[in-house]
Amino acid sequence: MADDMPLDSSASRRGFLKAGAVVGGGFFLSYGGAGLAARAAAEPSALSVFVSIAPDGVITITGKNPEVGQGIKTMLPMLIAEELDADWSKVRVVQADSDPSKFTAQVAGGSNATPVNWEPQRRVGAAGRQMLVEAAALTWKVPAGECVAANSVVTHTPSGRTLDYGALAAKAALIPPPDLKSVTLKDEKTFKIIGKSVRGYDSPRIVKGQPIFGIDVVLPGMVYAVFEKCPTFGGKVKSADLDAAKAMPGVTHAFVVEGNGNPAELVSGVAVVANSWWRAQAALAKLNVAWDLGPHADQSSDGFAKTAAELAKQPPHLVLRKDGDPDAAMAASAKVIEAEYAYPFVAHVPMEPQNCTAHVQGDKVEIWSNSQTPEVGRAGVVEALGVKPEDVTIHMVRGGGGFGRRLVNDQMVEAAWIARQVGAPVKLLWPREHDIKHDFYRPGGFHFMQAGLDAEGRLHAFKNRYIAFGDPDKKTFVASANMPGTEPPARMVDHLTHEVSFIPLGAPTGAMRAPVSNALCWTMQSFMDEMAAAAGKDPIDFRLDMLGPPRIFDGAGARDNFNTGRVRVLLEHVRRMSGWDQRHSLPARTGMGVAYYYCHRGYFAEVVQVTVAPSGKVKVDKVWAAGDIGSHIINPTNALNQAQGSVIDGLSQALGAKITLTGGAVDQNNFYDYPMLRMAAAPPIEVQFVRTDYSPTGLGEPALPPVVPALCNAIYAATGVRLRRLPIDTALLKQQTA
Amino acid sequence: MAYKVTVNGKTRSVDVEPGTPLLWVLRDTIGLLGTKFGCGCGLCGCCTVHIDGKVARACQTLIESVGDKAITTIEGVGETDTGRKVQAAWIDHDVVQCGYCQAGQIMAATALLARKPAPTDDDIDQSMVNICRCGTYTRIRAAIHQAAGQTPAPAGPPEPEIV
Repeated sequence: MADDMPLDSSASRRGFLKAGAVVGGGFFLSYGGAGLAARAAAEPSALSVFVSIAPDGVITITGKNPEVGQGIKTMLPMLIAEELDADWSKVRVVQADSDPSKFTAQVAGGSNATPVNWEPQRRVGAAGRQMLVEAAALTWKVPAGECVAANSVVTHTPSGRTLDYGALAAKAALIPPPDLKSVTLKDEKTFKIIGKSVRGYDSPRIVKGQPIFGIDVVLPGMVYAVFEKCPTFGGKVKSADLDAAKAMPGVTHAFVVEGNGNPAELVSGVAVVANSWWRAQAALAKLNVAWDLGPHADQSSDGFAKTAAELAKQPPHLVLRKDGDPDAAMAASAKVIEAEYAYPFVAHVPMEPQNCTAHVQGDKVEIWSNSQTPEVGRAGVVEALGVKPEDVTIHMVRGGGGFGRRLVNDQMVEAAWIARQVGAPVKLLWPREHDIKHDFYRPGGFHFMQAGLDAEGRLHAFKNRYIAFGDPDKKTFVASANMPGTEPPARMVDHLTHEVSFIPLGAPTGAMRAPVSNALCWTMQSFMDEMAAAAGKDPIDFRLDMLGPPRIFDGAGARDNFNTGRVRVLLEHVRRMSGWDQRHSLPARTGMGVAYYYCHRGYFAEVVQVTVAPSGKVKVDKVWAAGDIGSHIINPTNALNQAQGSVIDGLSQALGAKITLTGGAVDQNNFYDYPMLRMAAAPPIEVQFVRTDYSPTGLGEPALPPVVPALCNAIYAATGVRLRRLPIDTALLKQQTA
Repeated sequence: MAYKVTVNGKTRSVDVEPGTPLLWVLRDTIGLLGTKFGCGCGLCGCCTVHIDGKVARACQTLIESVGDKAITTIEGVGETDTGRKVQAAWIDHDVVQCGYCQAGQIMAATALLARKPAPTDDDIDQSMVNICRCGTYTRIRAAIHQAAGQTPAPAGPPEPEIV
């Protein structure tokens, strides 16, 4: 995508320098004149630069990662600009193509971009600063050590002479580049850009409606496609009235796609192509497709619940963890509580419906995609079309939300396949109904749990039978249904089992914002609240007691290295923020609930205050969130936005999100039966970050999980009703009349 | 079939079938891509435009119903004083996350302020019914109050407390 500022490709050819291993976090510094957009466009390699400085001092920084609303197109360039000592007002950002020969980890997922790029991106900037300082020193014939950089200017300290970066760029590009490993990073106390709020780079264009999203891609001669798939998963086209569709106005193509059987790439369906999207989708009604419903047409949510109840009575398929003697300890407990928790399938529904634009010419494929994992998409295109990876060009275009849906690239493979058949650029766009009926869903699950408390009300024994979706023979989970054996309260109680039984599933599943954690946190932190109530203890005190003294639970995963001390601090912090200790003076049917969680390397403790009307209607009054994501909040305004958005996302799930299956097909269609939280239901959300000495971690996900159980625990405090099913059924909350 | 439509003060002729929603005339025929498709059912508000100054869902507005009414889209709303203030307030409060719904939100907010120049929070709750999947509602509310002149422009975008 051509962005705001040209990159000077002629300068690249002439004085182009690179430092360090390209794949290890390549660094390029180029310089150039103005007005060379045409040449830059003709020279894709110009996009390989991370930093380009023009003679007028404009600094162009490449944003390498996919932007889906998480703010990465602003944040990664901030890291480079900080160490470059750039004047941020002179920085322009261009979006990179997806290209593993030049960039690493071009992924939007797992809250990984901050920990992965925190140091490498700063090293790129530091190398640039070093070259600019050396260029100034050479110009003045003084030792580089006498020169300092700040705000896009190098100053010779003894003489007070200055040169700005624009004036130095040409000479700097001729300096031998330093080894990225050897460059000196700034003292973090001197940061001027990191830690200062920077508004979203694309926002001025967004508020004016300029076309920058995937759906806005327009190419000469482009046509529009829709792709109808079988309502049941694994189903296939038997027949379709292609001629009737082709007879509709503007329709140029209608054809059956066999697919390759991989739902993440290309399934069986019917493509309709027309000279406008409306005409293409209008022709779907004429297709009259007969489907072979495939092997999963007997699956239903009601059936899953029955199977789960039966499996819970039988021996487990898999024991994930067994500590001590849980049965004996349970029998010896002073008090035992039991509960069954169940959460549903959930769809991602990013606001921008799934789409992709593709053009196939001979063996060459060109893609415009808002994917969160464009390289996974490349592999899918290569697999399905039988082309070479190097013949696939992927332009990354802003995505209207991701939430994990765009980790899967079915829309990319579909677009490429259809475009090859059509022989013209094709924009594939899914109707919202396709998005809801053909997601890679957050899997549902069932937990049958027992907790034994000792005479002091401490957790003594814990048993969890998780009825998960997966393969009972292979003993494997479907995507994102996995549970680690270390799931809390493991390691905080001596006698514990986490056991699993599996239900086979035909529907595809996948990661959704805070995958695994978004369901397990609700389950465990809700049941933990039941334990606190059974023990007659303050829910925060009970959690602090179970966490024990500050300690670290070691392990290799992103959910391991759980530092209980960091959670303790946050629980105490959110207690103060929320006025927790005064909650007993709240009015009737108003209550507070708490929960904490550690996932994606980040810690959050949250309190929700809720008021439940006599009708059962739930009003969330306020949410307080305390987070610990390490030593720096790189872009504070975006951090606040992400944390507040995560809270809204969690509340929306808890209050309404449910995907059900009947006859192997998803029952829901659009926002009328898959509701999303709107303005009137959005509470004030107060967010505070507690800085610690740990390296900064990501924020796309960890603020979400605790709000779901905190809400349910608040409803319990307000009404005495324990909610063990999601989404929340307000009929259970109706005030009982005496 | 040929229809004349007046969009952002400019009258154009388009050739589409009766029953074509205004949304697709704007996006695919005229090439004004700022108005977004979100649900196709009038439920999410991504496609919000103004027709004679009032909010309308472009995905539910059939081309034959438009006639000579004046259509304003996100590309044209900045020509009005209110629209300009709303866009500026959206930047001041750094409202945007993914940004996909924000054109519709801005159109809804501008129409609200035209009706109620000093909206209460309740007015905002009643009128601002568009979905923001990213959950930027807090900032949308604050930006509307600023655009209405009820609060001053902030010194910087909203920030969390960092301790």
